[in-house]
Amino acid sequence: MKFLDEYQNSELATKLAHRIANHSTKPIRLMEFCGGHTHAIMRHGIRQLVPKTVEMRAGPGCPVCVTATIDLDKAIALAWLPNVIITTFGDMMRVPGSYSSLQRAKAEGADVKVVYSTMDAVEIARENPEKSVIFIGIGFETTAPTIAASIITAQQEGIENFHVLSCLKLTPPVMKTLLDLGEVKLDGIIGPGHVSVIIGSRPYEFIPADYGVACVISGFEPLDILLCVDKLVEQIEAGQPKVEIAYRRGVKPQGNRKALELMEEVFQSDGANWRGIGIVPQSGLKIKQKYEHFDADKVFRVGLKPVREPKGCRCGDILRGVATPLECKLFGKVCTPEKPVGPCMVSSEGACAAYYQYGSPKNSERLGKLWSKL
Amino acid sequence: MPPIISNKTIKLYCLTSLAKIAKVMCLAIPMRIASIEGDEAEAEVGGVVRRVSIALTPEAKVGEYVLLHTGYAIGVIDEAEAKETLKLLEEIASFSEVS
Repeated sequence: MKFLDEYQNSELATKLAHRIANHSTKPIRLMEFCGGHTHAIMRHGIRQLVPKTVEMRAGPGCPVCVTATIDLDKAIALAWLPNVIITTFGDMMRVPGSYSSLQRAKAEGADVKVVYSTMDAVEIARENPEKSVIFIGIGFETTAPTIAASIITAQQEGIENFHVLSCLKLTPPVMKTLLDLGEVKLDGIIGPGHVSVIIGSRPYEFIPADYGVACVISGFEPLDILLCVDKLVEQIEAGQPKVEIAYRRGVKPQGNRKALELMEEVFQSDGANWRGIGIVPQSGLKIKQKYEHFDADKVFRVGLKPVREPKGCRCGDILRGVATPLECKLFGKVCTPEKPVGPCMVSSEGACAAYYQYGSPKNSERLGKLWSKL
Repeated sequence: MPPIISNKTIKLYCLTSLAKIAKVMCLAIPMRIASIEGDEAEAEVGGVVRRVSIALTPEAKVGEYVLLHTGYAIGVIDEAEAKETLKLLEEIASFSEVS
């Protein structure tokens, strides 16, 4: 497939890996912000391919994972209101809340539908004018404009029974928070590719300027990621951290203007509650007053029982990059994709799910051998 | 007689296929625009055709590739930059051979 296959060439990948190994003299730690990157890195065995001097840590970039338990409880409570249809991306279904999950609520009789796109949610609202259709709006800047577009469509077509519970989050503010916390020392950040398609590369300028940390935006194919690591190593070795784009076919410095305009029209920034991190100021998006009749938070009131966090689950630490999934006692034993304890094991972007699927010692060894032969 | 395929294998198979169709939130795949009608377009990848929204990429033209995320084209792929990156990768590779 065009724009995919050519970035998966193993011969080029090995050469690139040799080049990285030749350049890298001191131990460094990189964080891939995006859960999509964690999966690609694990799947293609990039951790085994890069030299031992380069450590790669998963970050908070999994929208399902960073959704706070209280927001999940709210979504589940909304599902039990009369005449309500909940629409959500599939990844949210199995995430355990304090007492239940959307999947369990559905099994128990609540009307919960999985949609692929916000357009499908609007369509469900159009077809069910007597019901209130609530979309559980999780995601980062990649998804936010699609939700903004759906609200504008609903406004234009007079679909008044469509509502959004906005749990949308913003990337640069949480990067700043992680750097401020300083729990894990980072030399470079692998910037999120598809968030950056929307926001561009400029919002990351503070990372090298204020923290001296390199930041290179990457695509999701193995060669994209290796090119990104190569640029990061080069910058760090030279002691000249800056923002660079290693995903130029998708990302422009200024981002996608139309998408940013739509986001600006519908949303304003607000504090948001992140799992494992807490409230981060200006790191979320709430629906502007102008569109408040679409805001599920304003239209519906639900009572919530006290939040209960799963015991022993280290999702929070993993999302901050403080721990790897292998350091969690529950990993692979109590917590598996079939019986997940925390969201990082549920989501297809979760670090635990990636480690479980691709990171077994046997698989790592196999990949290591495979690469050393090339 | 033990079953030919163990339950574990079946479970593993189901999990992998599930993972493949899972709707990864930050995933966006390149699709070619086949036709455009207002804010909507038909986009194609590997023989699969989908109706997509181009509300976020009004500049997209027929024949161009877009990055598709949850039914929306979020960006138009810059073919010249794509070629440039591939050239750079080849150069880096040939350079590392020499060094």
